Amino acid sequence: MEILEDKPGKQVLLLGNEAITRGAIEAGIDISTTYPGTPSSEIADTFSLIARSLTKQKKEPSFYFEYSTNEKVALEVAAAASITGLRALTCMKHVGLNVASDAFMTYLYVGCKGGHIIVSADDPSCHSSQNEQDNRYFALFGNAPMLEPSTPDEAREMTRIGFELSEEVKLPVLLRTTTRLNHIRGRIELKKIQKPRGKGHFEKDPMLVTVPAIARLQHPILLKKIKQAEKISEKSQFNKIINVGKPNGWGIVTSGVSYNYVKELADDMKLNVRILKLGMTHPIPNKMCEDFIKSSKNIVIVEELEPILENQFKVIAHDLKSKIEIYGKSSGHFSRLYEYNLDIVADAFSKIFKVKNPIIKPKESKITLPSRPPALCPGCPHRATYYAVKKAAPKTTIYPTDIGCYTLGKAPPYEVADLLLCMGSNAGTACGFAVATDQKIISFMGDSTFFHSGIPPIIDAVHHDHDVVITVLDNRTTAMTGHQPHPGNDFDGMGRPAKKILVEDVVKGCGVKHIEIVDPNKIKETTEAFKRALAFKGPAVVVSKSPCILLENRDKKKRGEKIYVYEIDQEKCEKCKICISRFSCPSFYYGEDETILIDSQQCNGCGNCADICPFEAISPKGVKK
Amino acid sequence: MKGKINIILTGVGGQGVITAANILGKAALKEKVNVFVSEVHGMAQRGGSVNCSVRMGNVSGPLVSSGTADIIISTEPIEALRYIQYSNKNTKIITDINPVIPYTVSVGMEKYPEIKEVFNELNKYGELYKIDAVKISKDAGALITKNIVMLGALAATDVLPFKPENLLETILENIPTKFKEMNKKAFEGGLKAIKKY
Repeated sequence: MEILEDKPGKQVLLLGNEAITRGAIEAGIDISTTYPGTPSSEIADTFSLIARSLTKQKKEPSFYFEYSTNEKVALEVAAAASITGLRALTCMKHVGLNVASDAFMTYLYVGCKGGHIIVSADDPSCHSSQNEQDNRYFALFGNAPMLEPSTPDEAREMTRIGFELSEEVKLPVLLRTTTRLNHIRGRIELKKIQKPRGKGHFEKDPMLVTVPAIARLQHPILLKKIKQAEKISEKSQFNKIINVGKPNGWGIVTSGVSYNYVKELADDMKLNVRILKLGMTHPIPNKMCEDFIKSSKNIVIVEELEPILENQFKVIAHDLKSKIEIYGKSSGHFSRLYEYNLDIVADAFSKIFKVKNPIIKPKESKITLPSRPPALCPGCPHRATYYAVKKAAPKTTIYPTDIGCYTLGKAPPYEVADLLLCMGSNAGTACGFAVATDQKIISFMGDSTFFHSGIPPIIDAVHHDHDVVITVLDNRTTAMTGHQPHPGNDFDGMGRPAKKILVEDVVKGCGVKHIEIVDPNKIKETTEAFKRALAFKGPAVVVSKSPCILLENRDKKKRGEKIYVYEIDQEKCEKCKICISRFSCPSFYYGEDETILIDSQQCNGCGNCADICPFEAISPKGVKK
Repeated sequence: MKGKINIILTGVGGQGVITAANILGKAALKEKVNVFVSEVHGMAQRGGSVNCSVRMGNVSGPLVSSGTADIIISTEPIEALRYIQYSNKNTKIITDINPVIPYTVSVGMEKYPEIKEVFNELNKYGELYKIDAVKISKDAGALITKNIVMLGALAATDVLPFKPENLLETILENIPTKFKEMNKKAFEGGLKAIKKY
């Protein structure tokens, strides 16, 4: 594997996320933990791929890796390892840090021993997220040193050096990335791989037990550490000034991917500026920033989302009693919304620097194009569950939903997604609706979400006897983020055998009295099960068990089994359109004269359409190629 | 190399657009050309709209900006039109002529425009090359090589800072032995289709 090659100086093309994994390997990583979430997933998936491939070859991986139950557990597992002196990395998407924040905030009081990198993958523009929160606030909130890479190679280097920084100040370091770093490929120059430490040793220390008396002692220690980190920031190789043209008093301050836009446009627009590129953005190098303000007449601050650098610069300028003009979000030149690009930054620069915008205004075709929205795959078992639910439930039923492929049930014709907050919120909000209304409630969550944070609200429903139906869509994988295993699987992220935990066993243990276990592909039985669950007074749980069709078909192919695709007998078809309009499988389409056809390329052979056809016009025909 | 090269690759999820973009990136790296490859796919999966930026040379920003594409390579006609904001009058547009009908159209919720109109429109925005990449890929051995046909077509233009042979070499390095011959044919098929223009 290229990513494991110990060839310093060799150049390879890596995804930003793979580059972070490589950086950790170069630093001799001992333990890596995660809960999968876009845009962070490939960091952990790369650790998993390496571990599984070595396990397969009967070789011992040089690190321990796990897909933890959720982000908080992931952080706790790695924090303990770090406290014994091992090097650890924990990665998650931005909202994952909300889940882990309870551990995060006090972990900073306690501090670490072995270097610990916490990667937050933020998602400006919400490409695949429920919000676009700016996690740089977490560094300020908790007093964590923070690094923000601009390119994949810088991400690799910041990860590698980040471990040293973490060990020097004895604090976990937040490596804050965004989608446009995680998901770009760029040139990486490999550095030497260090040997991991292997085993840690725990030294007992009363300062690790944060009872109030200890916490009061730890807080000033934390502030001292962050002061020490500021000194490091002043000399950090990641904070630097780049001159473009003949600088004439204008300065630009930027960090992360925004630097890429600033640098390219400063060259293209022939600006005469000094660019202060901040890579270590918490604590910012105060002295360096003061000097930058003192030696500039005007400063432009370019950062996506929140005005975090901007506000800090305003404070420094205020303390200096400087009259400097600061352009940024509060001046109205930059937005707090969405991710930036060359177009957006060029537009702002043309107004601030009063130069011509080199980028042509985009043209749009007048032809209306059909959309290609994401949809449940042909053969997805969630579709069958939703079809049964709609048959069983009254019109006014409320459908709290959750994070996963099944959120796509929001689209017509199913429209079975009424409220979504975060991981696990389906069942908690279901309880609230039960208290507040007389409407029926059926909530949905996936199996990975169930283990992640779906269990406490089920306990709440049992303890308070909330009249809800909670559905666990058990497709035996974390499908949306790329089929990562979870506690319901009999193997782990390193490809080793693992104890499989059944959803229904947990639910039973929580005290749920009415549990229905169904195969959604048996649509009639599933409909009846939902009817019974709705009729039951108190909390009922339906576990709808059928594997993700993509995994099922992959396994069938491996075993040499045939997958039969379905076809419509045009003689028998009465064109009632139930299959195409109400079941809504994307492999169905209209041919000429309103005939209904199945695209054999797309059909995954689940056969559910044959069950729902009232005229028995659909049956398996050819073998899928 | 001096200057910048901006390439947009678009198509439908499952047609190998991201793979093609990555191969281009690897070819550039091998030729010691600075490169960024960027996938913009959000929640897109099989059947969704996919768009990749490949930027080479003196570039820092990972995404192509409006009106600056040197070439748009599309494995589906309306997907070329969907990202037409990247074109200027000198932009080359190479598209496969075979529509992939979205399910929103097949279930009657939306309409696929007249294909002639799509080509007329594309013609207004740049220098249009239409190829039957489905046929070329099937002739080469399998539809799955369609993305390689498109790379062959790209190599036939003067956009890349290296020779078609260099790109083909990288393609073959990244493909299992038993599929090499098929992909070589696909590449050459795409190359020829543009050279004929």
